[in-house]
Amino acid sequence: MSVPLFRTAEKRTFTFPGWLRYILIGAIFLIAWQLYVSLSGVSQLLIASPLATLQALIADFANGQLPSAILVSLQNLAIGMGIGIVTGLILASLSTFSRFGRDLLTVLTAVFSPLPGIAILPLTMLWFGLSSSAIIFVVVFGSVWPISANTDTGFRTIGTTTRMVALNLGLTRLQTVRDIFLPAALPHILSGLRLAWAFGWRTVVGAEIVFGVAGSNGGLGWYINNARYFLNPPAIFAGLVVISLLGVLLDTLFQFIEQQTIVKWGMKQAQ
Amino acid sequence: MGQPDKEPIVQLSHVSLAYQHGHAQSATILEDVTLSIQRGEKFMIIGPSGCGKTTLIKAIGGFLKARQGEVTVNGVPVKKPGPDRAFVFQDFEQLFAWRTVLDNIVYALQVTKHLPRRQAIDKASFYLELVDVAAAADKYPHMLSGGMKQRAALARALALEPDILLMDEPFGALDAITRNQLQLELNTIWRRTGVTIVLVTHSIQEAVFLGHHVLVLSSSPARVLEIVDTSQAEDLDSPAFTAHSLHLQSLLVRQDKDLIREQVVPLSIVQ
Ligand SMILES: Nc1ncnc2c1ncn2[C@@H]1O[C@H](COP(=O)(O)OP(=O)(O)OP(=O)(O)O)[C@@H](O)[C@H]1O
Ligand SMILES: [Mg+2]
Repeated sequence: MSVPLFRTAEKRTFTFPGWLRYILIGAIFLIAWQLYVSLSGVSQLLIASPLATLQALIADFANGQLPSAILVSLQNLAIGMGIGIVTGLILASLSTFSRFGRDLLTVLTAVFSPLPGIAILPLTMLWFGLSSSAIIFVVVFGSVWPISANTDTGFRTIGTTTRMVALNLGLTRLQTVRDIFLPAALPHILSGLRLAWAFGWRTVVGAEIVFGVAGSNGGLGWYINNARYFLNPPAIFAGLVVISLLGVLLDTLFQFIEQQTIVKWGMKQAQ
Repeated sequence: MGQPDKEPIVQLSHVSLAYQHGHAQSATILEDVTLSIQRGEKFMIIGPSGCGKTTLIKAIGGFLKARQGEVTVNGVPVKKPGPDRAFVFQDFEQLFAWRTVLDNIVYALQVTKHLPRRQAIDKASFYLELVDVAAAADKYPHMLSGGMKQRAALARALALEPDILLMDEPFGALDAITRNQLQLELNTIWRRTGVTIVLVTHSIQEAVFLGHHVLVLSSSPARVLEIVDTSQAEDLDSPAFTAHSLHLQSLLVRQDKDLIREQVVPLSIVQ
């Protein structure tokens, strides 16, 4: 049997659309979960049922606790990623245009990228105290390396012809980077960003949980930790559900961006 | 039939070319090339595979510095690439994948001529019309056939209204029919614009059909074997056409075995 290298038009008999299949699986999971909690007699202090979780979700959305926690977490992520992206792109540009920049990026990436971001949290807490800055710094630290390394690879693999066209048009360096290198390297940049945000999202929540111990007001990690403190499993589960759903949402946003750029431009096959 | 002015636009005097890699220099690729190209003529470059045709046209384009001798355009020594010498490459990657066909040209006009967008669009549309790809103006390059991509690339080069059109085997990757079509169109465009054309080709038929002069290079290190005046041989059935073709063929026979095999087919059948 041969495996097709490329997607071909397939003849299919009727199937459910994708979203419906996913919802079905989700529903089965929820029902199993509810049945387990209702029938097994497991302590409600250990596991909350889906219904209890839903109630906690509704209540904490209504009283504003969850919305403000979501806002804080997303804000930490956005600021950290924003700084990480700008710094990463600058590092990659330096690396393409100067020998020193390349050496710098090589050394920094080699030394720092193996460090789990959360491992430097104690240090940033020492520097910035129990503030958002400490978390943001960790997110920046974690996102800079995948972004700059991927962007650098992207810049390096731009074809000779593309470079020659840029030279032929007599572009300035800024124009070359902004108008040619960035879009040409976008497939690489986006995969760097994907790594970075996945890391960043986990780090934000993790760091907030650590902060929660210290009793500071904060985001979703803090919310979960707080719920544990008050022995409120439905709220813990509600927090987890929100974290996961936001992750799915961010991923969807990401796919949308890919669809509108590199897929549309034929630089990546549609999934 | 229009005749080129008797005024040189490109001059090479005793030019030797080699590639520079860091401090190491490759063996000499072209040696002691002296030639002049008249304003408004169609100048063809032909020679054995790998002899240095691309290297030569790159030097005229300013992508490569002469090791010895001097390349001048309009009497001024060539120092770097510029939009006054618009390049059309052989491969299909020369259009920016992230811009539509129209936007590819609009962008080139905005950065080189600083035209306002409205004006750039008008001009771009005019040239797309000229090369017969106006219908694909709003498509992204990956949706075009090879022939359409080359037409679009030609339109972009023409829109820059360059002094010289440098073409490195622009039709090399196309099928015979599309190729012949584009040769005819290039002639029409030349008649309308009077632009100087320097074109590298592997095909004797193409060289004789299009060219006023055909430069024949020897195998490496390449030297000028002969510059043949083919300005009287535009009719494919004329005795002059056959005579020039046979002459070029005999010059190349000693140089390139592949070329002979390709050209054994009687030339009249090719059209
Ligand atoms: N960037 C480079 N660095 C070093 N040597 C090169 C480089 N590019 C080409 N060469 C060498 O220069 C010689 C001429 O190459 P060039 O591409 O100019 O030949 P060509 O006549 O255009 O060949 P073809 O007909 O296959 O296109 C070859 O021997 C090639 O190996
Ligand atoms: Mg070549």
